[in-house]
Amino acid sequence: MNPHVPSPRPTGPAPRTAPVSARPPAVLSLRGVSQSFGAVRALVDVDLDVHAREVVAVVGDNGAGKSTLVGVMSGVTVPDSGEVMLEGVPVQLGSPAVARQLGIATVFQDLALCADLDVVENLFLGHEVRRGPVLDEIAMEREAWRLLAQLAARVPSVRVPVATLSGGQRQAVAIARALLGEPRVVILDEPTAALGVTQTAEVLNLVERLRDRGHGVVLVSHNMADVQAVADRVVVLRRGRLNGDFDADTARYEDIIAAITGASPALSGGSRAAQPRHPRGETS
Amino acid sequence: MSSHGLAGTLTAPGGAAQRPAGGTSSWRHGGAPWGAGGQRELGALPVVVALIVLALVFQAFNSNFLSPDNLVNLTMQSATTGVVALGIVLVLLVGQIDLSVGAVSGLAAAVVAVGSVQQGWPLAVAVGAAVVLGAAVGALYGVMFTRLGVPSFVITLAGLLVALGLQVRVLGSTGSINLPYESWLVRFSQQTFLHPVASYALVAGVVLAYAGSRVVEKQRRESAELAAASVGTIVVRSAVLLVVLLAPVAYLNLNRGVGAMFAVFLGLVAGTDLLLRRTRWGRSVRAIGSNVDSARRAGLAVRRVYVSCFMACAALAALGGVLSAGRLAAANQGTGGSDLNLTAIAAAVIGGTSLFGGRGSAWSALLGVLVIHSIASGLTLLNLDSSIRYIVTGVVLALAVTIDSLGRRRRTGVAPR
Ligand SMILES: Nc1ncnc2c1ncn2[C@@H]1O[C@H](COP(=O)(O)OP(=O)(O)OP(=O)(O)O)[C@@H](O)[C@H]1O
Ligand SMILES: [Mg+2]
Repeated sequence: MNPHVPSPRPTGPAPRTAPVSARPPAVLSLRGVSQSFGAVRALVDVDLDVHAREVVAVVGDNGAGKSTLVGVMSGVTVPDSGEVMLEGVPVQLGSPAVARQLGIATVFQDLALCADLDVVENLFLGHEVRRGPVLDEIAMEREAWRLLAQLAARVPSVRVPVATLSGGQRQAVAIARALLGEPRVVILDEPTAALGVTQTAEVLNLVERLRDRGHGVVLVSHNMADVQAVADRVVVLRRGRLNGDFDADTARYEDIIAAITGASPALSGGSRAAQPRHPRGETS
Repeated sequence: MSSHGLAGTLTAPGGAAQRPAGGTSSWRHGGAPWGAGGQRELGALPVVVALIVLALVFQAFNSNFLSPDNLVNLTMQSATTGVVALGIVLVLLVGQIDLSVGAVSGLAAAVVAVGSVQQGWPLAVAVGAAVVLGAAVGALYGVMFTRLGVPSFVITLAGLLVALGLQVRVLGSTGSINLPYESWLVRFSQQTFLHPVASYALVAGVVLAYAGSRVVEKQRRESAELAAASVGTIVVRSAVLLVVLLAPVAYLNLNRGVGAMFAVFLGLVAGTDLLLRRTRWGRSVRAIGSNVDSARRAGLAVRRVYVSCFMACAALAALGGVLSAGRLAAANQGTGGSDLNLTAIAAAVIGGTSLFGGRGSAWSALLGVLVIHSIASGLTLLNLDSSIRYIVTGVVLALAVTIDSLGRRRRTGVAPR
């Protein structure tokens, strides 16, 4: 089973306002993904599409299955059933390294940085640039500055251990690392969970910058304010099932909350925009 | 110095200022080992201070302590323990431990003695067999740890017992085997010293290589528009290196000189240091020790790196055992043993390698072993017996571990447990 490497992503900007049918195929799609841990059904028949130049927020209560979904998309978890497709081509994500190679970069909930390593070392961990047998520190350092500059991230020096950085700076390092190798899709699991107001704003800026650079972005979050600030689409997970897919510009806050908690005023309210796109989501 | 083009735009106004040497602030990347990093890393400083204090104190009590003769002895004693401690540094860096290094080195000594004296193997074959045996033991530890998930503490404790049993078995009923004085191993370990000219040439070569690599790095950094060390900095650092190398070498040359065994030890340390700092493998070692889970998700071959560290550690322990058999011209049931075990582990920690994994340097084997053998040598000169030596070494070890833990707490902002 050698993963088929799909053709490079279309370069033209995907018009965010175009009707669904006219869009190019989603960069990353999940079809019918299910995953159980013993008796716990963490994901049940989940479909998801992520397009280029789009921020898809995945929201849901604790234990709704968000991190499990991230695991499936990042190659950490191989789902019990279901399909992952890159630009319409089915792929096997057997490990984080494979997902990475196929252009799916993940910023994990815990960032997956090594605190004792410096910024450059973390950015290139597992993808070090070499000159002959030895590491090319200079090339890596220059590239590190370039990546951080793209994100307008403020880091005092790229040669200090990550342990000495603030939470927001670490988040920036983790996001910069995700950008290495020009991924198609960047997945962020709870990127603002541990951050203060200023740093949250900085990270949300980074997320917008990722979208503006043409990446598909999956933003997992608890925080509705964050979601409303940057998301183009909001997908709700509830007890492992898809429970709504909203257009962030027009959806009503209460409808999303209702989908998260399981109350269903959205259907009686008659708000067209808040209508879940996946009928399957209503059966819960 | 060149201005840091990109850094200027990235650093917050009034934020953390660029250090004088800009991007080379970390000693790992050409900065000073005594910490241009200032506030963040004490590095080797506490150990160096401890060594100086020890030297001054012992010298005050007994003027023989700093005599060239005593220092030559000290280096010879340090070499065997140091080789074993170097292996310990590697397993500590990945956040593991090997408690069996003493027993494995004793077993290796027994294999060399029995193989070459009783079985009539060529000495080189016996030495090779001993080291390969060590590597095999390490591979077994590594496989058990990575495949079965048994804690390294337990595997190597079991290994210690097995190796002790094997050592007794191999030595047989006599329990002690002498190596002939004319064998090259004994001559190498006891009587071979670098010719003064050779030692000075080596110093010159190292300093030139250092300065040269710094100059090349400076040029490459400048063409990459990164901050580079100034010529002055390079000159000063090279001069410091020259003094740090030349003074002890010249002093030792007043007596017998630099022992070949000690030179081999230094070579192993320097080589390991390069591997750790300049290769992918070395980076993986530190990353895994720092956070295995992150390392795994970054796609590193975590298992292979663990196995390589256990193998290197046990092989170095075996080599240490071979060298000590040469130095004592004998192998017996006491070779290696618990004393070596504890000294080697203590040396690595005292030298500054963290027990928590991820932080440390090959040079901590050298520094730690010098501290431990200075204490031993100084107390012997004062006619104090081994009880005091154990106590003092224990206190120093406790101090080193405390510094390690405090450093970790400061970095992570949480108390360990
Ligand atoms: N490795 C695992 N083993 C067993 N159960 C698991 C495992 N990972 C997740 N689960 C279970 O699957 C369910 C979904 O967990 P998941 O971590 O995906 O939730 P989440 O939406 O990310 O929650 P949170 O908001 O708290 O991060 C939970 O009931 C959890 O207990
Ligand atoms: Mg989660």
